[in-house]
Amino acid sequence: MTHGQQHPVGLYLKIWGLLFVLSACSYLVDYFHVQGALRWTLILTFMFYKAALIASVFMHLAWERLALVCAILIPPLCLLVLVTMMALEADYIHTARGTYFVAPAAAGVTGKDGAPRP
Amino acid sequence: MSDSTSSPTSSSGVYGLAADWSGDREAFKVPWGKAMMWVFLLSDTFVFGIFLSGYMAVRMTTAEPWPNPSEVFALQLGATRLPLILIAIMTFVLISSSGTMAMAVNFAGRGDRVRAAALMLATAALGAAFVGMQAFEWTKLIVSEGIRPWGNPLGAAQFGACFFMITGFHGLHVSVGVIYLTTVAVRLLGHRHSDGPSPDNGHLRDADRVEIAGLYWHFVDLVWVFIFAFFYLW
Repeated sequence: MTHGQQHPVGLYLKIWGLLFVLSACSYLVDYFHVQGALRWTLILTFMFYKAALIASVFMHLAWERLALVCAILIPPLCLLVLVTMMALEADYIHTARGTYFVAPAAAGVTGKDGAPRP
Repeated sequence: MSDSTSSPTSSSGVYGLAADWSGDREAFKVPWGKAMMWVFLLSDTFVFGIFLSGYMAVRMTTAEPWPNPSEVFALQLGATRLPLILIAIMTFVLISSSGTMAMAVNFAGRGDRVRAAALMLATAALGAAFVGMQAFEWTKLIVSEGIRPWGNPLGAAQFGACFFMITGFHGLHVSVGVIYLTTVAVRLLGHRHSDGPSPDNGHLRDADRVEIAGLYWHFVDLVWVFIFAFFYLW
């Protein structure tokens, strides 16, 4: 059986260095207290690139046959459906909790609409 | 489908089941052990995916403020208080272990068993260091911060449950990986004749065995990338 997956060691060292840089970048996002939409964008971008590098180079997915790559990468997309449904539901529950379980300090002072409670 | 055109070998019942699965067809042109490892990793992807989406739902629904991980995991080093520094070091250690593992796979593919085994043992040592730092982190959180799975003094009670479940399950994977890599490395050093390049008689070659162990280890690193982003940085 031919083992066609031989790459120079330098490739792994380069990816290693790149992963270090990306990790350092995502740590700096926290260190410099980047907030808001920029924070989420940066975190997700660095996360995506790190995951892609590990899966494609270290796990050799870039050199596998398409049948195997599809079998590995497509099923986890189901998780996106789960995440979407959970997020929608969580949004609803959060609203319901805000309506029915008012924090003790705020309870009794005003209702949700700002009017004094009976 | 199930009409009279069926071949004489297609029996029914348990024999049919065995015949179907042992049929000489393969979809994935990789060693069987590698395909099976990918199947396992796929199932593990769902385990961690469900943990993380459960954490997302819990964090979105809680009415109390979520404890700020940047402050919870800060460490006092000398005069400065560095946010999240231990987690950053753990991340670098795990990435380094992935790098040594990738090179071990590379050397095993070239037939350099000694270097491959040495790099795998280095990987296992880095993994053990990771677990050690995680034990330190857990101790600090439980003993000095008073964080419990059912509540904590910092905010939302669900923080502890999510933290201990997700990082605990990941730490378990790292610990198992350390044992697994050590076993494969020791076997590689005590190379048996039947482990060498073999024809397709069902035995895995040395290089395949190392590559399969490598897939597991890189997966553990991959999961940490997501935990780092979603739990510690979010």
